[in-house]
Amino acid sequence: MADTVVGANPDPHASGDDPNRRDFIHIAAGVAAVGLVGGLAWPLINQMNPAGDTLALASIEFDLSKVVEGQQVVVKWRGKPLFVRYRTAKEIAAAIKDDHSDLRDPATDESRHKPGKAQFLILIGTCTHLGCVPTFGGGDYGGWFCPCHGSVYDTSGRIRKGPAPLNLAVPDYSFLSDSKVKVG
Amino acid sequence: MSGHSTYEPKSGFERWLDSRLPIIRFANDTIVTFPTPKNLNYWWTFGGILSLMLGMQIVTGIVLAMHYVPSADGAFNSVQRIMRDVNYGWLIRNLHANGASMFFLAVYMHMFRNLYYGSYKAPREVLWILGCVIYLLMIGTAFFGYVLPWGQMSFHGAVVITNLIGAIPVIGPSVTTWLWGGFAVDNATLNRFFSLHYLLPFMIAGVVGLHIWALHVPGNNNPTGVNVKSAEDTVSFHPYYTVKDGFAISVFLIMYAVFVFFMPDALGDAANYVQANPLVTPQHIVPEWYLLPFYAILRAVPNKLMGVILMFGAIATLFVLPWLDTSKVRSLRYRPTARLYYGIFFLTCIVLGFCGAHSPDDPVIPAISGPQLLDANLNSFVWLSRIAALYYFAYFWVITPLLGLTETPLPVPESISSPVLSHPASAPVGAVASPEKRG
Amino acid sequence: MLRKGFAFAALGLVLLAGPALAATTQEEPKHLEWSFDGPFGKFDKQQVQRGYKVYREVCSACHSMNLMYFRNLGQTGGPFYDPKYQNPNDNPIVKSLAHDIQVKDIDPDTGDVISRPATPADKFAPPFPNEPAARASNGGALPPDLSVMSKAREGGSDYVYSLLTGFSNTPRGVTVPPGKYYNAYFPGGAIGMPPPLTDGKVTFDDGTASTIKQEAKDVAVFLAWASDPKAEERKAFGFGAMIYLLIFSGLLYASYRRIWRNVAH
Repeated sequence: MADTVVGANPDPHASGDDPNRRDFIHIAAGVAAVGLVGGLAWPLINQMNPAGDTLALASIEFDLSKVVEGQQVVVKWRGKPLFVRYRTAKEIAAAIKDDHSDLRDPATDESRHKPGKAQFLILIGTCTHLGCVPTFGGGDYGGWFCPCHGSVYDTSGRIRKGPAPLNLAVPDYSFLSDSKVKVG
Repeated sequence: MSGHSTYEPKSGFERWLDSRLPIIRFANDTIVTFPTPKNLNYWWTFGGILSLMLGMQIVTGIVLAMHYVPSADGAFNSVQRIMRDVNYGWLIRNLHANGASMFFLAVYMHMFRNLYYGSYKAPREVLWILGCVIYLLMIGTAFFGYVLPWGQMSFHGAVVITNLIGAIPVIGPSVTTWLWGGFAVDNATLNRFFSLHYLLPFMIAGVVGLHIWALHVPGNNNPTGVNVKSAEDTVSFHPYYTVKDGFAISVFLIMYAVFVFFMPDALGDAANYVQANPLVTPQHIVPEWYLLPFYAILRAVPNKLMGVILMFGAIATLFVLPWLDTSKVRSLRYRPTARLYYGIFFLTCIVLGFCGAHSPDDPVIPAISGPQLLDANLNSFVWLSRIAALYYFAYFWVITPLLGLTETPLPVPESISSPVLSHPASAPVGAVASPEKRG
Repeated sequence: MLRKGFAFAALGLVLLAGPALAATTQEEPKHLEWSFDGPFGKFDKQQVQRGYKVYREVCSACHSMNLMYFRNLGQTGGPFYDPKYQNPNDNPIVKSLAHDIQVKDIDPDTGDVISRPATPADKFAPPFPNEPAARASNGGALPPDLSVMSKAREGGSDYVYSLLTGFSNTPRGVTVPPGKYYNAYFPGGAIGMPPPLTDGKVTFDDGTASTIKQEAKDVAVFLAWASDPKAEERKAFGFGAMIYLLIFSGLLYASYRRIWRNVAH
């Protein structure tokens, strides 16, 4: 130490009394400083999560009587399209028929709608490949076709062809009355 | 940066890096082994506090910009949305808004410390001038930032300050229109002020880098004002001053937290919670507290152009201060007469602040009706601010040069180490208990 | 000597500060004890509920609260907060309060402007569609938005209370223009708002006697909460932060003393 500019000073780490207490205080102060930075960092990070007004719009109510048989209505929910589809009996039958064929993401049609409400299919309208919006009525399976990379979904919204790995997602929803659903 | 480096790379990687980018050497020489006078008192901790505040303002500001909407229609409501709906938005905004006040409080402490101990004197003139540049940039940033919430005080403050530029002969009005981007302070003005408010702090950070560089060439001044003579006079920056600065920062944070958590609007103005309305001006237009002294100087003069010139002159004076001071002795610790004038100067700044907060025609002492003198009653804030402004300029331009030539200073110690046990109990204004007695 | 000078100066500053407050013609607001004052103050939920009722049944006829949503009433710290419903949108009280209010919307099928019952995600419905309409209905005066009223006036809740209870007969020597009312707490003394509260105007659900003073006090509390709905969260967070910082300072001071103990300085 003697060769440095600060050499004339006593080394703070070399001295007589109880070394344990000395170290403890420095370590505790250091830990407290880290805790302080961490405590401030959390609000700064958490602020990027959805704010109160965004969360307030996270659930919507929708009146199914607006949908005509054989048609779909697209609603915006959490910034994404939501497909609300009133299926015909033929489409339901086609979906059930394929329940046990070779599916990439196996799921029965029964599991994709609410009990006793097979005609209403509610799906999040973003392709599970990279998030494009599939168009209805395209592809070979009577369901949806994604124009971006050619994924094909059937009348139950299950992936049948193309690069997408999963079926179109079913959001959390519940029937408030016979014709009213709450999504989210 | 100065002197020889004491860094010795320990591992192979450090040697490899040191020959390519000596960044560890740089950090080691500037914040670890940097020799620092061992007698610095707590007034020297404000540099560290200011660095923290700059960082705090930049970080919270970047976060606020993620939620802020810079438009005349959306600004006010977006700020309120931050306070109500954004996760911890109330905390971040209170930290930022009160942080500006804390930043200025610390910078004033830093500057008064500097004036008391003569730190601006040779060889630290450039260091001081860079500090003045930082201060100017801070004023600009604070002004632009105050406009952003788009409350009544924001809007009309912006109107009043931008109209100052109209005082410049010939080109003034067109420059004002150019600054506004229209015929009045409006959406375009708000957008450009937001952009500039985001830019200036990074310019401040750049000048702070130069400021620290300029500090590390001659090294710190110290309470005796005597140059460092030997290694005995100094300690290494780390751990001695990192822990001392850290302690001071922590105490400063306690005061900051009291404002942020328990009185977040104490330093603000109620009128700024009313959305900007170009058709109605609030009853009292006042800037934030840290600009009140300059506002008082502006209003002390009945002529618009002269008022503007004097106000900017008050800051410009600081730039030439190193050449106005003729004293051979740096620290006021050994200049009792100068200390008295310094004390009056400190009070003058506070009196100017009070004048800035009051209407010019209000009486200073309520019960007495003073005599009329020229254009105003002698017992009014306009006359008080005239007297105070006169002293402000006289202190720099008359007292400081003459005093250095005429006074007889007390004996100055040979070196920092010799007076350690017997220095007089004096400290800059505001010190109730002399802090350097501790430890 | 210097120190004595500072003492005199401080005294002088106190004298300077006095006249500034007395210089206006406006009456100083009465000072009340508020439950939310101070670092540990909290809002009385019952009182905020009563205040909301006063706002809803009286003030909202003329005053908007554009920053307030029905969901705010059921959020943490709100007057109808129920821990069972963390999402205030599901709170049945909030839902029914919202449902009774009609808000304007666009019919998604026809594009027509329609009225529909509000949901918790809707803002408080404004009484007038725009500023000229508000002025036209109020003799040219604009009823201010009340969202941040407690912060937007010097004196805060004291001012709101004093103003609401401060209507009196016009004193001698003061002229009040037609269509205006004398109120000593209002800047200038002549206010466009007729005395809004009377005894028994609002029937409180919790049986509190509905006097003018009670109504004014409760609505002032409601406005204080609405101006700063995060105040309780802020104070609780601040209390923890203060304790942490005090301990941190203590540790750093001990560390500082140990590091410096062998240096003469």
